[in-house]
Amino acid sequence: MLMPIPDAAVLAKREAIVRGLRAIVSGEGVIASPEELAAYECDGLTAYRALPLAVALPSTVVQVSAVLRLCQEMGVKVVPRGAGTSLSGGALPLEDGVLLGLGKFNRILEVDLENRCVVTQPGVTNLAISQAVEHAGFYYAPDPSSQIACTIGGNVAENSGGVHCLKYGVTTNNLLGLEMVLMNGEVIRVGGKHMDADGYDLLGLLTGSEGLLGVITEVTVRVLRKPATAQALLIGFPTSEAAGDCVAKVIGAGIIPGGMEMMDNPAIRAAEDFVHAGYPREAGALLIVELDGAEAEVRHLTARVEAIARACQALDVRVSASEDERLRFWAGRKAAFPAVGRISPDYYCMDGTIPRKQLPVVLARMAELSRHYGLRVANVFHAGDGNLHPLILYDANAPGELERAEAFGSDILRLCVEVGGVLTGEHGVGVEKRDLMGTMFDEADLAQQQRVKCAFDPDGLLNPGKVFPQLHRCAELGRVHVHHGQLRFAHLPRF
Amino acid sequence: MRAAVADGAALDLMGAGTKRGLGRPAEGEVLDLSRLSGVVSYEPDELVLRVRAATPMAEIERLLAQSGQHLAFEPPDLAALWGEEAGRQTIGGVIACNLSGPRRFRAGAARDHLLGFAAVNGRGEAFKAGGHVVKNVTGYDLCKLMAGSHGTLAALTEITVKALPAPEESRTLVVSGLAIDAAVRAMAVAAGSPFETTGIAHLPASRAGLAGLSSDTAATLVRCEGPEPALRAATEALTRELGAFGTVTAFNGDTSRAVWRAVRDVAPLFPDRDRVLWRLSVAPAAAPAIVRDIEARFACAVALDWAGGRLWIEPTEAGEDGGADAVRRAAAPGHAVLVRAPAALRSRIAPIDPGPPAARALAERIKDSFDPRRVFGRGRMFAGV
Repeated sequence: MLMPIPDAAVLAKREAIVRGLRAIVSGEGVIASPEELAAYECDGLTAYRALPLAVALPSTVVQVSAVLRLCQEMGVKVVPRGAGTSLSGGALPLEDGVLLGLGKFNRILEVDLENRCVVTQPGVTNLAISQAVEHAGFYYAPDPSSQIACTIGGNVAENSGGVHCLKYGVTTNNLLGLEMVLMNGEVIRVGGKHMDADGYDLLGLLTGSEGLLGVITEVTVRVLRKPATAQALLIGFPTSEAAGDCVAKVIGAGIIPGGMEMMDNPAIRAAEDFVHAGYPREAGALLIVELDGAEAEVRHLTARVEAIARACQALDVRVSASEDERLRFWAGRKAAFPAVGRISPDYYCMDGTIPRKQLPVVLARMAELSRHYGLRVANVFHAGDGNLHPLILYDANAPGELERAEAFGSDILRLCVEVGGVLTGEHGVGVEKRDLMGTMFDEADLAQQQRVKCAFDPDGLLNPGKVFPQLHRCAELGRVHVHHGQLRFAHLPRF
Repeated sequence: MRAAVADGAALDLMGAGTKRGLGRPAEGEVLDLSRLSGVVSYEPDELVLRVRAATPMAEIERLLAQSGQHLAFEPPDLAALWGEEAGRQTIGGVIACNLSGPRRFRAGAARDHLLGFAAVNGRGEAFKAGGHVVKNVTGYDLCKLMAGSHGTLAALTEITVKALPAPEESRTLVVSGLAIDAAVRAMAVAAGSPFETTGIAHLPASRAGLAGLSSDTAATLVRCEGPEPALRAATEALTRELGAFGTVTAFNGDTSRAVWRAVRDVAPLFPDRDRVLWRLSVAPAAAPAIVRDIEARFACAVALDWAGGRLWIEPTEAGEDGGADAVRRAAAPGHAVLVRAPAALRSRIAPIDPGPPAARALAERIKDSFDPRRVFGRGRMFAGV
């Protein structure tokens, strides 16, 4: 993965930059020794690593603003970071950039149940928000699987999803307000405890902007009353086609389950061998369908889903009879990643979305690719919304395997786009899928997105090298007219 | 468009032209986009509908209903507020104005259901953003920017939205006779209940009559939706809980639909076209105090939607500024939009508040990133932009 070439002039003034940062954030809030910097060298996408120039850990908005202003004045790049759990390299440091950690913004500022919202600092974990309102029977709906570690600021930056998002939405659908600091140090507040103020929707634009537009310093999320009850069905099918057919028929019947997860046979076996959840090891595919809501509603819908499943060649259908059993059904799915980790030294988790009807085609092509690359693949799938997570099994110590896994992954994502889907459903583009953006967007599409970036950060200092396959100067974007995909200013450094 | 860009001319984008009374009067020639109409694809099992931008909403609603689906944000038809004919609006207009009905507080706004679009920007370049699947985080979410941009960033040519199953049954509970404080508390109980409430509104007696209910008493409305067994359980439980506030009655079918259509489309509640009308976005629990603050300055008619988070305020005598000063002071830190007023007033005061200077400057830079010559809807949202 090619990152922007570190700017020698910036590296040369490292001492002055660190001094400037220390004048803003005192004591342990600035990290500059190589041993301590190593803790920040990568995020959840561990294949890529780089030591940042320095790490700044401010604890106030005033400090964040001053750090950004200093960096803008000195022409230094900045990479924002929450808990560093990104799976797409969104928080990968730059050697000539300051890593701005928001970990000290770790307080919930207000629980306002009258208005069904929580105002929080960005470094609070996703799960901590639900825990703060649990006593009153409320929760924060988006639940990425890293929710014990990932922060709400990172969730906003990546527009994180989770297993319940078909019914309850992803991060962007559950936000009311935020405060952000622009690269020039300006602090801007958007929204609040109210919905849908008029004016350009900066709240929506910032969500999922992967740390390229502004640094988030406060978030207001809406919280929901917990459903009274939940019941899960565990359904084995002979083939993925049959399982996919069942998913389509459930939705066709007007039912939007709280969660609807599919696993293919390799994933079923890995999970069953790991947690012994009682999964049918011989099934070609497994569906977990969870219905939630009032008791009468759940009973009614469970019976309907069961009937649909039986009409779709289900091998066996089990309905959770207790909360323990429901959690046992989920245990295998939730442990799918570590379970795969047990059967392979390394795995690479992909994240594309496809129109669900294309699932058989995509799985068949993936099997061909698996043979071609000589690497195994296991699939877990947010079946309701078509978000596919193929796990490619490889061994980083075997020469060439990482590169093969990456090439395999890229082919899978190209396939997702080819069948009408997208490169990423919830993990973000980051550095991981950056160079594939051209398969989904043409030059005019990308130029428009980058012009929006220029409105926030004209010098391109905030998290450069992520999302966009080519760096453009804003002045260039202001002039350039893309004509039949031909780029002008070919002399500019691109990567 | 390229010709307009070259000349520095302004273009006022228009679909069916039913919302031209919203926002500031824009400069320039009308660019009629109404022929960009028709369904590109609809796949009910995928929950995805792709249409050309000026496809009439009525056509879309009919199509979705055939598969038991709908647009869950319950798009309102506000045309009658400005004396325009209802039933003609296009999906492009609904998206461009980010218009959402009573179900919004539960199901999300128009902006939450826009999955992708194609458009032509102010440079005359065609571009696209988003996708045609229900879950996607690839690139910036320009869908959010386009929704509610009032035709000032780009001319929408194609729109992809999420279609969802329509509820099987619907029933409305009415708590009668509540004053606004008690009504907002009752609405909070309904919104915070574990049941699928999909509409929570409050109409004082004068507006209740206009919505087809008794005009003797205020009506606090709670709509429950779902399959019949769920509906029965929800309405029984909610009737008990809301009983603490006042007498609860229930109705189904046509009466229920007619009331929610009135709440959704607003004009039935505020039929006098000579009066200015404000739309407020506020923290729900703050609604009673906000209404009291405004009433301390002038008399007004009020309706509450979104469990108290959306207020409609119609001053009877508001003075020179249409009540802008009083309404905006009271709404802060929420937001107030002047939805209906004579053109002269809409030019003079900002119908949409541009916010503090840094936010206003950022909005201008965003505008210029799409439309550097300020061709589209010049002045529609903010003077000069």
